Amino acid sequence: MNWNWRAMRAIMRKDLKQVFQNKMVWMPMIVLPAIFLIVFPGVVVVLPTLLKPSDLEFDDLTPMLKRLPPQFQTMLKGLSIPQQFTVLAANFLFAPMFLIIPLMVSSILGADSFAGEKERKTLEGLLYTPVSDTELFIAKVLTALIPAMAVNIASFVLYGLVVNLGGYRFVGRIFFPTVNWWPLVFWVGPSVSIAGLGATVLMSSKAKTFMEAQQASGMLVLPIVFLMIGQITGLFFLGVGLEMAIGLFVWAIGIWLIWVGSKTFSRGELIARI
Amino acid sequence: MVDAVIAEGLTRHFGENVAVDKLDLRVAQGEVFGFLGPNGAGKTTTVRLLNGVLNATAGKASVLGYDVATDSTEIRRRTGVLTETPSLYEALTAKENLLVYGDLYGVSEDRLSTRVMAILDEFGLGDRANERVGSYSKGMKQRLAIARALLHEPSLIFLDEPTASLDPIAARMVWDMIQDLSHREGRTIFLCTHNLAEAQRLCERVAVIDHGALQAEGTPRELARQLWHGLWVEIDLHGEPSAQVCEALQRLPAVLNHSMEHGKLLLEVNDEESVPDVVAGISAAGGRIYGVTPREHTLEEIYFEIEGNGNKTAEGLRNMRGAR
Repeated sequence: MNWNWRAMRAIMRKDLKQVFQNKMVWMPMIVLPAIFLIVFPGVVVVLPTLLKPSDLEFDDLTPMLKRLPPQFQTMLKGLSIPQQFTVLAANFLFAPMFLIIPLMVSSILGADSFAGEKERKTLEGLLYTPVSDTELFIAKVLTALIPAMAVNIASFVLYGLVVNLGGYRFVGRIFFPTVNWWPLVFWVGPSVSIAGLGATVLMSSKAKTFMEAQQASGMLVLPIVFLMIGQITGLFFLGVGLEMAIGLFVWAIGIWLIWVGSKTFSRGELIARI
Repeated sequence: MVDAVIAEGLTRHFGENVAVDKLDLRVAQGEVFGFLGPNGAGKTTTVRLLNGVLNATAGKASVLGYDVATDSTEIRRRTGVLTETPSLYEALTAKENLLVYGDLYGVSEDRLSTRVMAILDEFGLGDRANERVGSYSKGMKQRLAIARALLHEPSLIFLDEPTASLDPIAARMVWDMIQDLSHREGRTIFLCTHNLAEAQRLCERVAVIDHGALQAEGTPRELARQLWHGLWVEIDLHGEPSAQVCEALQRLPAVLNHSMEHGKLLLEVNDEESVPDVVAGISAAGGRIYGVTPREHTLEEIYFEIEGNGNKTAEGLRNMRGAR
């Protein structure tokens, strides 16, 4: 692949600069992860330490505990039911959020990629440069992927600090992350970002406005909501094996979407809609 | 030397709408070529087709020797385009805008920074290079957009309404710059404009396009000859012509028309070759001639004649072009 990396870096650099100067774009990328991965988990792990043991009713945990793989059941041995709740909530309840956050960030940036340029009336100048259609498409995908990964990893680190520090006094030891987190954050998360980006950048090139592109890409969150409900209700458990399988499947879809996008993307079609 | 632009039967449809219709065009290297026409005539679509940004439905074109259908990247590397809207990143500074485009056009990394500051200085923006473009006035944005189109020193520059939002002093600066680029540096300028005075001042040749079709193409003088058949000359007799001179004018077969305008005798004659005979005829009738000046039609007169006469004139002009 003889791509013009200098030009692609220039597109990525200017797009990222613009992102950080546009509150409408970066605010949700900071605020939502902060609420869902720092504030809520903080409350969930700290709450049991503030209540009397008699106030806590954990009878409903039993079916979920029974579905856990043996190594997790071993990990919970010797802990009281409220302590088990804290460990389980930290390790399993919020896990699907680590798929929603990279998808959300990549969707916001992906939706902004071409539709945002159209709205700001900067696209035409870019299309007159000698950058090829494929280089342009890939540069736009990478522009969105890098912040999505950065937000995901930063959220993981901060989440780890919050749940471990918040629950340490109550549980008496470091209990996060369990082994299923590594493939979740570093395998499934990037795959979801790639698939989301492949779809949203493609939609962005067809949409007239940022909002139109973002609304269309909102549909992508549905499969993850299904995973989230399944995990919370104990329907299935996002263990390493399932995560590796889901990741592989989503990576395949993501790479296929980006391949299709880079092959079908045409500046001619794009400029005709300006 | 190969022509900078050659278009043959270039056509672009958008569904049922024909944006550019069988366009034939030639632009020589180093000339300032005016591309005139009303809004929606097909000027911008033509520029997009010639840069390979948009594919043609039919016909072919080459720019700087490269085929627009197969070598569009090579073409865009060598052309600079000022679009109708400046297409600037308002959240970035002027310097950052040009650095981005320098990278996109492959300006040597060693000299990019120097080149950016030099061109910003040239356009009077050097002292505000580090301010966000969003804070610039309309005129400053336009100057920056022109600077961006010239940053990579392209051989062919497409300028779409370059002085549309400029004050008279800035417009004058842009005109001088265009003349300089063409005459001193030998660059080709493809100027899309509504401003007929601007085209008259800058362009060696012009084409008029309307409803996507070429209505006329040539130097202003050639177009005037085709439109008004004869050549117009002003003859200064220091007053009204005598009865003998009027009789002589009636007899001279080369004189197609005559009238008085601003105290001077205005004659329409067959062609340049007949001027000495007409002068001799007037002298023979006792007329004392103090001056003979060919009268050029302004581009404005030519444009309105073409646009006013519509397809009939256009057909006639096309036939004449074909006959030449």
